[in-house]
Amino acid sequence: MPTITIDGKSIEVEKGTTIMQAADKLGIILPRYCYHPGLSIVGQCRICLVEIEKMPKLQVACYTPVTDGMVVHTQSPKAMRGRKDVLEFLLVNHPLDCPVCDQAGECFLQDYYMKIGQYDSKMVEDKNKKHKALDIGPHVMLDSERCILCTRCVRFCNEISKSNELGIFNRGDHAELLPYPGRRLDNPYSVNTVDICPVGALTEKDFRFEARVWYLKQTDSICPGCSTGCNISVHTNTVRDHHAESRRVVRLKPRYNAEVNKWWMCDFGRYSYKPVDEATRITAPMLKHGDNWIATTWQVAIEAIADKIKKALPQKKSGQIGVWASPQMTNEDLFVLRQFTETLGINHIAMTVTPRERPFSDNYLIREDKNPNTRGAIALGYDTDMQASRDLYRLAFDRLLSVLFIFHHDLTLGFEAEHLAAALGNVPTIIFIGPNRNATSEFAHILLPAAAWPEKDGTFTNFAGRVQRMRAAVQPLGDARTEWMILKRLGKPLGLSVPYVEAGDVFAAIGRNVPAFSGLTYESVGSFGVMLKS
Amino acid sequence: MSFPTLFTDAKGGILTPYIKQNCQILKNYLKLGGYETARKALSMTPDQIIEEVTKSNLRGLGGAGFPAGRKWSFIPKNSTKPTYLVINADEGEPGTCKDKYVIMGASHVLLEGIIIASHAINAHTCYIYIRGEYVEPARILQKAIDDAYEAKILGKSVLGTGYALDVYLHRGAGAYICGEETALIESLEGKKGWPRMKPPFPAIEGLFRCPTIVNNVETISYVPSIINKGGEWFAKLGTERNGGYRFYSVSGHVNRPGVYELPVGTTLRTILYDYAGGIRGGKKLKAVVPGGSSTPPLRPEEIDVKMDFDSLSAIGSMLGSAGVMAMDEDTCLLDMLMVTTRFYHHESCGQCTPCREGTGWMDKVITRMARGEGRIEDVDNLAEIANGIMGNTICPLGDAAAMPVLGYLKKFREEFESHAKYGKCHQGEFTSWTASAGSQR
Repeated sequence: MPTITIDGKSIEVEKGTTIMQAADKLGIILPRYCYHPGLSIVGQCRICLVEIEKMPKLQVACYTPVTDGMVVHTQSPKAMRGRKDVLEFLLVNHPLDCPVCDQAGECFLQDYYMKIGQYDSKMVEDKNKKHKALDIGPHVMLDSERCILCTRCVRFCNEISKSNELGIFNRGDHAELLPYPGRRLDNPYSVNTVDICPVGALTEKDFRFEARVWYLKQTDSICPGCSTGCNISVHTNTVRDHHAESRRVVRLKPRYNAEVNKWWMCDFGRYSYKPVDEATRITAPMLKHGDNWIATTWQVAIEAIADKIKKALPQKKSGQIGVWASPQMTNEDLFVLRQFTETLGINHIAMTVTPRERPFSDNYLIREDKNPNTRGAIALGYDTDMQASRDLYRLAFDRLLSVLFIFHHDLTLGFEAEHLAAALGNVPTIIFIGPNRNATSEFAHILLPAAAWPEKDGTFTNFAGRVQRMRAAVQPLGDARTEWMILKRLGKPLGLSVPYVEAGDVFAAIGRNVPAFSGLTYESVGSFGVMLKS
Repeated sequence: MSFPTLFTDAKGGILTPYIKQNCQILKNYLKLGGYETARKALSMTPDQIIEEVTKSNLRGLGGAGFPAGRKWSFIPKNSTKPTYLVINADEGEPGTCKDKYVIMGASHVLLEGIIIASHAINAHTCYIYIRGEYVEPARILQKAIDDAYEAKILGKSVLGTGYALDVYLHRGAGAYICGEETALIESLEGKKGWPRMKPPFPAIEGLFRCPTIVNNVETISYVPSIINKGGEWFAKLGTERNGGYRFYSVSGHVNRPGVYELPVGTTLRTILYDYAGGIRGGKKLKAVVPGGSSTPPLRPEEIDVKMDFDSLSAIGSMLGSAGVMAMDEDTCLLDMLMVTTRFYHHESCGQCTPCREGTGWMDKVITRMARGEGRIEDVDNLAEIANGIMGNTICPLGDAAAMPVLGYLKKFREEFESHAKYGKCHQGEFTSWTASAGSQR
């Protein structure tokens, strides 16, 4: 294996490793625009020029493979001069409209100007004019003047989404990024082009002019959009609450995980944060009086529910209790729910509601199962067959249930709305626990506000059995609480003692009690998750 | 077809006789013993051919001057992939027009060279990439190819030897960059003409990712003579490391502009004053570009240089494609640099940053100076921009744009300072080309 020395530090690397990759390993971070570890290497932007001993010209670090005994200087006057020149060239026709650019604050041009530029501009000529504010797709806007033609987006569309919408047109300094004639940047992964755009050329319609990035806090989380469990960062704005129409969660960005989503996420998942700050959120326990919902306190709601349950407990034979749990709930929620049902002897439990219309899926990141934790539910001993849901539905229809808990589900996705109305109309007490109202919650008698996913600490287990951690990015809205905390409170008057204080306590208990999770803790799950024990 | 502007030395040159006798027509070439050398070459082993060409010191005459025999020897032995020969007929360097003469007057010499070179690298397919503007040469060459197929000189069994060779003529769409070998390959593959990063070099991974040799028209056209008369004969005609004859395209303010086939190593003074008849109107020479517009210019006192690759690079210029452009004492060199830079700005492919942005920037600065709005700092700024491009690009087009800027600034700095200070040449003797547009001197 060849050994390379960069700035006096030596490292042995695999054959075929490039100087850039070797430098990354040494913690020497060279500037980069066109280079992206997930895309092919083109060596076009030239910002990573380095000096190699015994080579007369500067070479690009991203493309040049390491040879044994190679000695590289990244900080020599010649190399630094070369990079500075390239940066100045990149800004020759760049509009420098940072004050009105969404990328400002996370722009590689700004970053590298501060790091390697800091020259006084020699440029006094008129800049070239190109297309501005082009609507090139359902989610993406293009400003050609800001584009530095690194072709990351072009390569993304050719190599990752394989949809080939984008190309570079014309020559020289009139070269311009555009979609091919008659095409739009419309594919299920289109917004990744915005993520990888190192400048403000591609911006996201959803985020455009909504917030300045330096006000945003980033929290590691897991996309709840499907069972792939893409690793994401939740970007929240809580310091400028008049921005972004007062939404707290303003955008989601993919977070690198080599085993799951690499650098990418799909557009469906990306906009799955929308319900979090929507008006449909349930922010306090609600009781139904006639046709009206009356907000109440947790105490009143819990007492009302405990009263109904006590009358319906199996040994009382006055009816039965059903639970429609949801694979949208975390492992922690589902574990405490299992303790709850076991203690009370509830055994009519359903989990999965298969949608009547088959959802979109592909062979890459988008899976048909739109729930993030079906696999976790299986590991925790739940029956995730749709038959369980049909059985529960049947019990309701046959007037055999006196209390029914529904977590999250909009059952109209899986059952005909008319029939569902008849079935749920036969249950005297329906308690809906979820973050948002939906078509099903309207059939309930009591609503309990659950925390939405960016408000929760917890874990999801993806389709492959990878347990991954999400962290609370914002506080629960209003009186909302995580489901396991709601169950803890509800269990108290029913004689169930839930000793956990934090989500980590619950997870540690799962590790002690469930074989598939044996020995797992939040520490061992780490940033990139860990596989269930088979 | 007659070629009134084609000249050679007293010995008669190597390719000139064929061109003068219209060897774009098959029967004319056969009368002169055409394709006999190819027949001989096909009975030789590839290694023997490569050895002979290596001995001849034949260098790549497209401009880079890479030894042809050595290039051929880079083709991997025992490759499972097919090998391709690609002929670069995308003659686009301003000041150069020699391949056109070879194609129009000696198509069959080129085709014979193709057969020999294909055999040397074991290629059974050859593409000729001809520049789009060469409409008539393309027509003539296609006719020659068709005639050769009909005479069974090309096709399934070349000259009845059982060696299969197909030759395809591909017309470019008018981009200078497609004369760069990897951009040419991309363009042949049907893609945008963007040069590739090297390595891998085309000899390892070229056309369709297969081993490929790209040679200039003129280079390949000399191959039949080398095989016929021997590599040593050819080598002796030229200088120590650069054999044979080559075509010098002489243009500008000389009495007899034209294409001159002369021995490599003829001095520039001989070419300008003996062959081309000296400077028009008895005027003094001010500057001369020795090898196409991208090469740094020479001052009159430097023209005793021998015209071969090594002698010119020793004095900081380049022989390139041997496009000699002479400028008399009345020439505004800012004008000359302006049109040169405008050309490279227009032809930059836009792939890598220094060339894409730098060529346009230099063009804007020089054009502003030509308008009389120059500032004294522009002279140094221009050199800085050019130095930022030089050596930092994917392909040589960046260097091609930077070298003339650096060259003119180095050798004729006073002229540029005069423009910056007074807005005109020599404190007002001449006005610039843009200012006097339409009234050509």
